[in-house]
Amino acid sequence: MIHIVNYGLGNLSSIANIIRKMGGKSCIANHPDEILTAEKIILPGVGAFDHGMQQLMDKGWIPALNHVVLERKIPALGICLGMQLMCKGSEEGVLPGLAWFDADVVKFQIPAGQNIKVPHMGWNTIKIKKNIKLLPLTEQEQRFYFVHSYHVVCNNPEDIWVETSHGYPFTAAIAHNNLMATQFHPEKSHRYGMQLMQHFIEFSC
Amino acid sequence: MLKNRIIPCLLLKNEGLVKTLQFKNPKYVGDPINAIRIFNDKEVDELMVLDITASKEGKSPNFSLIEQFASECFMPLGYGGGIRNMADAQTLFTLGVEKICLQTAALNDLNLIRKMADKWGSQSILVSVDVNRNWLGKPALYSSSNGKSLSMPWLQFMKNAVEAGAGEIILNAVHRDGTMKGMDTELIKLAADSMDVPLVAVGGAGSLADMKAAVAAGASAVSAGAFFVFHGPHRAVLITYPKYQQLEALFS
Repeated sequence: MIHIVNYGLGNLSSIANIIRKMGGKSCIANHPDEILTAEKIILPGVGAFDHGMQQLMDKGWIPALNHVVLERKIPALGICLGMQLMCKGSEEGVLPGLAWFDADVVKFQIPAGQNIKVPHMGWNTIKIKKNIKLLPLTEQEQRFYFVHSYHVVCNNPEDIWVETSHGYPFTAAIAHNNLMATQFHPEKSHRYGMQLMQHFIEFSC
Repeated sequence: MLKNRIIPCLLLKNEGLVKTLQFKNPKYVGDPINAIRIFNDKEVDELMVLDITASKEGKSPNFSLIEQFASECFMPLGYGGGIRNMADAQTLFTLGVEKICLQTAALNDLNLIRKMADKWGSQSILVSVDVNRNWLGKPALYSSSNGKSLSMPWLQFMKNAVEAGAGEIILNAVHRDGTMKGMDTELIKLAADSMDVPLVAVGGAGSLADMKAAVAAGASAVSAGAFFVFHGPHRAVLITYPKYQQLEALFS
């Protein structure tokens, strides 16, 4: 059973949909107590960084999340804003993040004169930097759906799982032990995302 | 490299899928759920569903139908038609829609766009700008809910919508709608050059070359209806979508 953290942001039904499609089981956790005994969690999120952190704080999620992720060390998958919240902080806001990764979130700085739009919105191909069970190490092209204006910068290069490019190369997914997070949306990325979710359903640390 | 998105645009009337010609004469082309399943199998980049009668008739979106669409879509889904307030938007996002598209409500009050962008982020709030050329070829802003041209300059309205927080603009050339005779690249260029957010161009695509021309004019994405649902000179209904390799070759 995968608990999807409902802190008021993010497209929960799309995530529940793809887990069901891949034969897994999920439930929406509406209260921090509900995740204390969870086997796995997904931290989704769409929206602004401070709004996300504020929601996590106001609803009392942070102690419960820290407990399951840092002490019980259950597998956790962050998606989009969920990935950014796992970092130390963001240029988008002033609140501190969950700081599960030694990483910061910065705004895209597209050099002047390049016809590249922000947000980075649409399908992009990825480059895998280290082997994590969720994505196959294949030479074949894999593509995912992105929509974001800020991106993660890791202080510890070993955390970098996937890179992609928009104006310049940037970190599109990070992973460290039980923690995995993607800037892209696997729940909206056809068979590439289905495969990733299938692997998360089967994943064990 | 980010790919230029090619987005089938499905028009909904009551609970059926239709296709219009210059925004008129909606012709029934099939069952929307069936169409969405086919587009899903074809791995389309994104899907846009527009209810063309909701605003006209002052109706709310058909939430139960949209929920079925969302549960079938393993790609981003946009929805437009009859969205009047924050509550409508909240319901749509909860059902699993990624992007909502507004026109009638945006023409009435751009503050609503501002509030929505503040709450859900610009990337989920689209404004659709319909532009019609009159018999002299002069472009004018067009209101799809009442079929009238408006006096406000279209480019100004588009810029105001972006300033209010729209994260994408859907530019529809009404005079090209359903004609499959090529896209209005002049309008596309004017629009793309006047703003920083992605532009989705729609209206008139009849070939992959037309789509390429729209991208060359500055569109980030191209949307089309007739191109994906009609086949051959007699416009037989057949759902198609180019293969990924074809699109990759087209835009490389």
